[in-house]
Amino acid sequence: MDWLSPQEWNAVALSLRVSFWATLVSLPLAIFVAHVLARWTFTGRQLLNGFVHLPLILPPVVTGYLLLLTFGTQGPVGGLLQKVGIVFAFRWEGAALAAGIMAFPLMVRAIRLSIEAVDPKLEQASATLGASRIWVFVTVTLPLILPGVIAGAILAFAKAMGEFGATITFVSNIPGQTQTLPSAVYAFLQVPGAESSALRLVIISVVVAMSALLLSEVISKRIARRVAGA
Amino acid sequence: MTLSVKISHRFDGFNLDVSFHAPAGVTVLFGGSGSGKTTVVNAVAGLIKPNSGRVAVDDSVLFDTDRRQWLAPHKRRLGYVFQEGRLFPHLTVRQNLLYGRWFAPKSAPREDLDHVVEMLGIGHILKRHPAMLSGGEKQRVAIGRALLASPKLILADEPLAALDHARKAEILPYFERLRDEVSVPILYVSHSAAEVARLATTVVALQDGRVVGQGPAAEVLGDPMVTPLGARAAGAMLVATVVAHHSDGLSELDAGGVRLLLPKVSHATGKRIRVRIAAQDVLLSRERPKGLSALNVLPGTVELVRSGAGPGAIVSIDTQAGRVLARVTRRSAKALGLAKGVKCHAIIKTVAVAPEDVSATAIPN
Repeated sequence: MDWLSPQEWNAVALSLRVSFWATLVSLPLAIFVAHVLARWTFTGRQLLNGFVHLPLILPPVVTGYLLLLTFGTQGPVGGLLQKVGIVFAFRWEGAALAAGIMAFPLMVRAIRLSIEAVDPKLEQASATLGASRIWVFVTVTLPLILPGVIAGAILAFAKAMGEFGATITFVSNIPGQTQTLPSAVYAFLQVPGAESSALRLVIISVVVAMSALLLSEVISKRIARRVAGA
Repeated sequence: MTLSVKISHRFDGFNLDVSFHAPAGVTVLFGGSGSGKTTVVNAVAGLIKPNSGRVAVDDSVLFDTDRRQWLAPHKRRLGYVFQEGRLFPHLTVRQNLLYGRWFAPKSAPREDLDHVVEMLGIGHILKRHPAMLSGGEKQRVAIGRALLASPKLILADEPLAALDHARKAEILPYFERLRDEVSVPILYVSHSAAEVARLATTVVALQDGRVVGQGPAAEVLGDPMVTPLGARAAGAMLVATVVAHHSDGLSELDAGGVRLLLPKVSHATGKRIRVRIAAQDVLLSRERPKGLSALNVLPGTVELVRSGAGPGAIVSIDTQAGRVLARVTRRSAKALGLAKGVKCHAIIKTVAVAPEDVSATAIPN
């Protein structure tokens, strides 16, 4: 990859790693939360819904600052985690956490919509045939929502690739350590004469984002066809 | 195995209060829409929680509000055939069929897959997905799926209601085979008198959330006081033996020594069959009629005249062939002087008996 400088290449690789882990770790939780929001009835459901959507509505810099307060080494959660050797602040893991949280509402929305589209009568049928709640989910609900899960995951991955505000607030912009692709674009734009570096990264951004969207369309269509049995 | 059900439930201004026993064979919950049939089945399945009651299959209690017992639906060991099939769209027919077996206890008595597939005639579609099946095929797979879950009880909620006439005729025989070949009790919801007459061993008639009659099929259907669908749909059931098939398209039957002529039935001579005679299709005459085109004339005695609110009345007549119901106007009942103990003749128009009202039967002789 001669056409990318080591710093540019680092930023791309880091962003891919951050987005990959952010998506992978938050996916099971997103499926669970989406299921809770779509199917369970309990008081405080709207509150949970609002809480999940908070990162979508808050200014990213506020989310980043809240993360710093909570997960910083001086924060209540960050302090505890540091004792067992887990540190988020100013590490790439922190960038993954920030990206995961920022992408979470998108993922939950996509999965929730597909869960709501599953006919509860099929889940009832599954229960009458002997499946407990967890087996109903694994054998009926999950296969039927797979297109939505994959679409949500890819969307979240693309969002994580582009996350900037919360990341730079929480983990700063350290080349080689926490400098993700958007952070690098921002940094290059601050330096006179580095516009060409910025432009190369911008092109990569656009390509990654577009491919993610197209891929998610293709995969979910293919799976939807298979699920419908056509 | 016997299912005993006692449920009371109040919802949306509707009171359901039922109590009945379902012995082996097919017990049909028979009633119009809004009579509470589906609620009863869903309560037995555990899909709704009734306010109070008790449901048990023999000694195993599914729920009992007095003793605060509640068994989750998946622990009830049921086979539920839904009106819309509810096959899993992401699984093949074969996977659908074997779905319940995966969860059934290993010790449970198992229906053989090949036997069920053969009985339902679905061998050629095992690899297909439900989206590729016709309505009738879907319902056959749904029956097989329920059966293969090793259930202690089979529930069927109007499994034919979503099918057209031809498909109904295709599926009904499979339920008859189920009734005759499987020892598991079947609780079957229907609003069709024809289905009841063909399938039911026991009938539980529901009206406005209450049981208005229960007992052996012939008894309940022949009771003029029990008309859950209104007098228009009333009709008694006769049991007859096929004597001969005639070349002019008629079949000759023997019902308790009386000769009946019906449009050709598909059953072999010597077979005992059930024939539903709709009360609408029966005329009454005090004298033995002469010069009449109707071929079937059954002499008998009036047992009961039930006048409704409208112009009609239902008359039950005890004949040698069995009990027959006739629907006449109150005016004619009066003009003929119909009352308990009066001798009269029931006249059944031959062509009125539709093929779906005739079925082979394995009821005890």
